[in-house]
Amino acid sequence: MFIGAIGCEPLQLRRVQLENSHTLDVYQRNGGYEALRRVLNGMAPDEVIAEVKKSALRGRGGAGFPTGMKWGFVPKDSPKPKYVVCNADESEPGTFKDRYLMERDPHLLIEGMLIAAYALGARTNYIYTRGEYRYLIEIMDRALDEARAAGLLGEKILGTDFNCEIYTHSGAGAYICGEETALLNSLEGLRGHPRMKPPFPAVAGLYGCPTVVNNVETLTSVPDIILMGGEAWQRLGTEKSGGTKLWSVSGHVNRPGVYELPMGYDDMEKFIMEDCQGIPNGRQLKAVIPGGSSVYIMPASDIIGKDVKMDYEGLVAAGSMVGSGGFIVMDDTVDVFESTKNLTEFYKHESCGWCTPCREGTDWLVKVFKRIESGGGRPEDAQLLLDLVDNIEGKSFCPLGDAASWPIQSAIKKFPEDFRRRVANGNGGNGHDGAVRDGLPTA
Amino acid sequence: MSQQFTPNNPLPQEAKVPEEMAVFSPEVEAEIDGHLAKYPVPRSAILPLMFIVQRERGGWLDPPGVAYLADRLGVRITDIWEVATFYSMINTEPVGRFHLQVCKTLSCKILGAGKITARCSERLGIKPGQTTEDRMFSLSEVECLGSCGTAPMMQIGFDYYENLTPEKVDDIIDKCRAGQLPNGVR
Repeated sequence: MFIGAIGCEPLQLRRVQLENSHTLDVYQRNGGYEALRRVLNGMAPDEVIAEVKKSALRGRGGAGFPTGMKWGFVPKDSPKPKYVVCNADESEPGTFKDRYLMERDPHLLIEGMLIAAYALGARTNYIYTRGEYRYLIEIMDRALDEARAAGLLGEKILGTDFNCEIYTHSGAGAYICGEETALLNSLEGLRGHPRMKPPFPAVAGLYGCPTVVNNVETLTSVPDIILMGGEAWQRLGTEKSGGTKLWSVSGHVNRPGVYELPMGYDDMEKFIMEDCQGIPNGRQLKAVIPGGSSVYIMPASDIIGKDVKMDYEGLVAAGSMVGSGGFIVMDDTVDVFESTKNLTEFYKHESCGWCTPCREGTDWLVKVFKRIESGGGRPEDAQLLLDLVDNIEGKSFCPLGDAASWPIQSAIKKFPEDFRRRVANGNGGNGHDGAVRDGLPTA
Repeated sequence: MSQQFTPNNPLPQEAKVPEEMAVFSPEVEAEIDGHLAKYPVPRSAILPLMFIVQRERGGWLDPPGVAYLADRLGVRITDIWEVATFYSMINTEPVGRFHLQVCKTLSCKILGAGKITARCSERLGIKPGQTTEDRMFSLSEVECLGSCGTAPMMQIGFDYYENLTPEKVDDIIDKCRAGQLPNGVR
C-alpha cells in the first residue's frame, strides 16, 4: 500500500516513512512541537484562530465545515470548562487516512490538539477513537505518556502557564458515533444517538459545556498552518479549499493507499490512471465513489476526459463531493445494483434507530433490494426505491438518512441499465454473484 | 432496586439483579480506577469498563459483570443494558475464544470478502453469527473496519489480518488451533 504525497511536498505525511516516526524523538528532530512553541511564546488565542480562518481549512471528517468559523463559535466569556474532542471514529466506508496518521505520527495529532485547546481555552480534551482501532489507542497512549514526561502535556507546558490534558477514549462499534453529537452522547456514557441542533456543540457540547469536535486530519493540519502562516497554507490549495487533503484510495486500482494531494489537484483521471497506476487485470474503469460511501457515485464517463479537479468545488461541479476522501474505484466487473445494495445494508446496520425515517426507511430499502435480487423484481421498483429515499432524505434527525439516500439516487440515475437488468432478471440464473471480481454479468 | 420486565423481554439473558457480583483483582481494579480518573462524570467510562469486564469474564458481559458495572458506576442495571445493546463490540452473549470478524463492506466485498467468509465458514463448519460447539471460534460478518486499502481483511479480537486470501485464512485458522496466535483480546 502506498503512503505519500503527489503534486506537492508531503506535509501531513512528511514523517510517515521515517523509522520510528511514532516516537517523540523522531518527531522533535523533524520539526515537531515547533508550532506549539511559537504559539505559547507569543501568540494570543485569537491570533491562532485568525490564522486558521485565513488558511481556509475545512473539516476533513466529511462535512467540510470551515474550521476557523467553528472555533469562532465558542463563547469566550463562558464560565464553563471548554473541551476539544478529536473525532477519530473513522468509520465511513472507504476511509482509512486517520488510521495511518495516528499510527505513524501520533505526536502530530497531540500537537494539533494542544494548539486547538490553547486557542479555545480548553484544559481537558479527549480523542474518541473507534473501538476496533484498539492498537491505535495503545499507540496514542504511549505517545501521550512520552509527551507528559517531556513537559509537553499536563501542568505548565513548556514552562508556561498553559495547563492541558489529553485522554484517549474508546468507542465500541457504531458508525453513528462519527456524527459529532452522537459522539458526545457516547463519550458521556450513553447510547450513540444524535442530539437536536441547536444548540450546537460549540455552545453546549460535552457535559453541556462549549465543545469543538474536529476530525483527526483537521487537527493534524493545524501545526503546519501555524508554522507556514494561514495564507501560505491556503495557497497550497485553492481559494476556497485551502491546503492539502488526504485521499484513501481502495478498490480496483493497482496501487491503493493514502495519497496527500494539494486541493484542486488536476485531474481525477490522471490521479486514477497514473498516480494510482490504473485498473488491474486489463479491466476498464466503471465508477468511482470519491468521498466515502455517502457521496454520489460517478460513472467513468463523468471522469475520463472531463478534467475533474479534486477539491470541494471541483467535485460538486462534477456531480459528487469530497466527503471524507474515501476514494473507492470500481472496474467493469462490478454491478452497481449490487454495490448499492451492499452500501444500503451498511446504512441499515448502522442506523441508530432514533428516528423513524432512517430506521424504517433503510430497513425497507434493503427489503426491496433483496426482493429484486431473489427474482421478484417489478418494473416500478427503481421508482419505488426513489420514493422511499425521498421519504428519508432531509427528513431524518441526522445526516445518516441523507447518506443512505444519495448513493441510491445517484446509482439509479447514472447506472439505470444495472437496475433494469436486475429488476428483469433478479439473480437471472446467470450465476452472477454480484460485486465479486470473477465473472461479468452476462444478461 | 427492583425492575419490571415484560414476558416478551428481548434481552438475551435474564435481566434481574443477579445475586452474585463479579470480583476483580487489585490490578484490574487499578486499571478501572485509571479510566474513571479521566472523566468528571463516572458514567463516561462505561465503554472502557465494559471492555475490561468482557476481557475478564470470558469475552462477554455476564450477569455478575453487568451487576459489577452498575455498582461501580452508580447507575441502574438497565442503564448498563441500554448501552451494552447499542454497541456491536459489546457482547451480551458468549462468543468463541477466537472471534473471526470478516469485513463485508464495499471495498472488501469487491476484492473478494465473500470468498474469505466462505473459507472461514467451510473450515470452521459454522455460518456467520454462529459459534463452534467447543467455543473455540465465532464467525461474524462486520461493516467497514478501515482497512479498505489492504482489502480483504478480518479482525480477530482486536488484531487486524489484511490482504487476505483463502490460503492465508487456512494458515490463520491452523495457527489458532495450534495455539500459535494470540486471540487478540486485550
